[in-house]
Amino acid sequence: MRRRLIPVNVVIASLLFILLSLEPDQIKPPKAVMDRGETIYAKECLGCHQADGLGVQGLNPPLAKTKWVLGPRAQMIHIVLKGLTDPIEIDGDTYNNPMPPHLHLNDQEISDVLTYVRNSFGNNAKPITPADVKKVRAAIAKGK
Amino acid sequence: MKSFSSIVTVVVLATTHFLCACAGELPDQPAGDTTTTHSSPGDNAGLTLPSGFSATVVAENLGGVRHIVVDSNGDIYAKLSKLKDGKGILELKGGDAGRISSFGNYPGTGIAIKNGYLYASSNTSIFRYKLDAGNQVIDPDKPETIVKDLTDRGQHNSKSITLDNAGNIYVNIGAPSNSCQVQDRAVGSKGQDPCPLLDYAGGIWQFKTDKLNQTINDGVHYATGIRNTVGLDWNSSVNELYVMQHGRDDLHRMFEQYYTVKDNAELPAEEFLLVKKGSDFGWPYCYFDPKQDKKMLAPEYGGDGKIQGRCGEIEKPLVAFPAHLAPNALLFYTGDQFPEKYKNGAFIAFHGSWNRAPEPQAGYFVAFVPMKDGKPGGNWEIFADGFAGGDDKKASGRVDYRPCGLAQGPDGALYVSDDRKGNIWKITYKK
Ligand code: HEC
Repeated sequence: MRRRLIPVNVVIASLLFILLSLEPDQIKPPKAVMDRGETIYAKECLGCHQADGLGVQGLNPPLAKTKWVLGPRAQMIHIVLKGLTDPIEIDGDTYNNPMPPHLHLNDQEISDVLTYVRNSFGNNAKPITPADVKKVRAAIAKGK
Repeated sequence: MKSFSSIVTVVVLATTHFLCACAGELPDQPAGDTTTTHSSPGDNAGLTLPSGFSATVVAENLGGVRHIVVDSNGDIYAKLSKLKDGKGILELKGGDAGRISSFGNYPGTGIAIKNGYLYASSNTSIFRYKLDAGNQVIDPDKPETIVKDLTDRGQHNSKSITLDNAGNIYVNIGAPSNSCQVQDRAVGSKGQDPCPLLDYAGGIWQFKTDKLNQTINDGVHYATGIRNTVGLDWNSSVNELYVMQHGRDDLHRMFEQYYTVKDNAELPAEEFLLVKKGSDFGWPYCYFDPKQDKKMLAPEYGGDGKIQGRCGEIEKPLVAFPAHLAPNALLFYTGDQFPEKYKNGAFIAFHGSWNRAPEPQAGYFVAFVPMKDGKPGGNWEIFADGFAGGDDKKASGRVDYRPCGLAQGPDGALYVSDDRKGNIWKITYKK
């Protein structure tokens, strides 16, 4: 009989393991943030980067797993707040449109839409907070 | 610079490859690709055409084929948007994809043949190559530079070309801008009035074909107020220049108080224009609303979708095509192979839209406008469709092919090129 019982500590360890392997769900941002981000994306970004986030050949780059989307938060915030015209290259392709600045969006709106982008189109990266945006906005105001 | 940027390309390619789930969406060029030809009779190579017409694919996967031209031997010259093995022009001897040679160390769009010369453009310059009696380029490594130093800031940088019969070449210099705002495409940024870009872009310039090293100041500022043109052609039946204007983008994103998402998808028209010396078509101040059949004042300049203002005097297009379809080639048909209605009529290759999103994308076809005495002689129609590869692909914009160039063969066949994968189709007619 005893041989067929699984020790309690093994059961607990397995449960913990299963819980931990669900981690991607745990770091998924709250639904409210994703919903607000999606609305802002539809208005401000979708026309160029498209509904599937895969961009337009030769004009607007994809937002799926690029080094700017998955990379340092400050860099991504800077691109979206201040815009970008120096040509970037992805897999040998360049993009002829400019990335316009989005200084008309407030800190909350920027953090919502960037968190949404970082967790859509196959991306999974840490959320961005309004405080993160505030810091970068202040740096831009100082001419950076 | 060139070799530096190609090193960068290689490095970036190598380092970003693993990051990019988008690779499948970009033109998939097999490494060291072999170009194959297939013609499967009966299926028109996936295209739908009017009855009596049929199509074959004469070449596949050539790269980003922008404009094409066919000489009197049936040799096809194709201009590439991106260098392939360091070259930007392909020649398909006798139209045969098995006999390709390449030359020209610059990418670009424009290509044309006139009076014993092959003309080709980079995004800043126009070159020409003397042809021998057999239509062969005599010295592919030493073209003459006809025009140089034209504006290239990425956006709208194609220098499309056409020639008249009096020794002139016409080139589009697209405005590197959507609507000449202080900060391009930024919500809330004002329109500049007057728009300083119009001094050196946003129009058509005329140059001499036989004068070397001309700059913009040597050219005639032939027409203005044209945001961007990729398709233009000289209509020899009436000796006039015609162009296809790409209309502005983003009315909803920038002015949601005046334009809905649907308005954005349907405004403004892509315009078929007869361009005379001195013409002004109103960009950036005006755009054409096909529903109201009026040139309207752009919202960056005080418009609200209803005010016409100073745009009342601006000439209307000959034909208003649906918004954002991106007409990238225009060709007046002078051949004898097609039925009479096509004679001197206009074929237009639509590259297809992106700024209609989230509404379904559209375009990706070749249209035809019957012409009479240089004016449209009937309604436009879709001539060749099916490049997208299905309705779902068309709606999402994730299409198989994007029509970009047109050419007429010596036998009167029509050629269509695609700059996504680099296919070329040949369309013929039999009674
Ligand atoms: C007018 C078209 C346009 C709009 C609107 C736009 N972008 Fe971009 N975006 C671009 C272009 C073009 C680039 C590349 C610019 C360059 O090469 O210099 C870019 C680059 C980027 C990049 C860095 C490159 C990459 O692909 O990862 C990010 C991140 C980005 N955009 C996010 C956004 C977000 C978020 C929004 C909405 C808030 C937005 N963009 C709105 C056109 C646009």
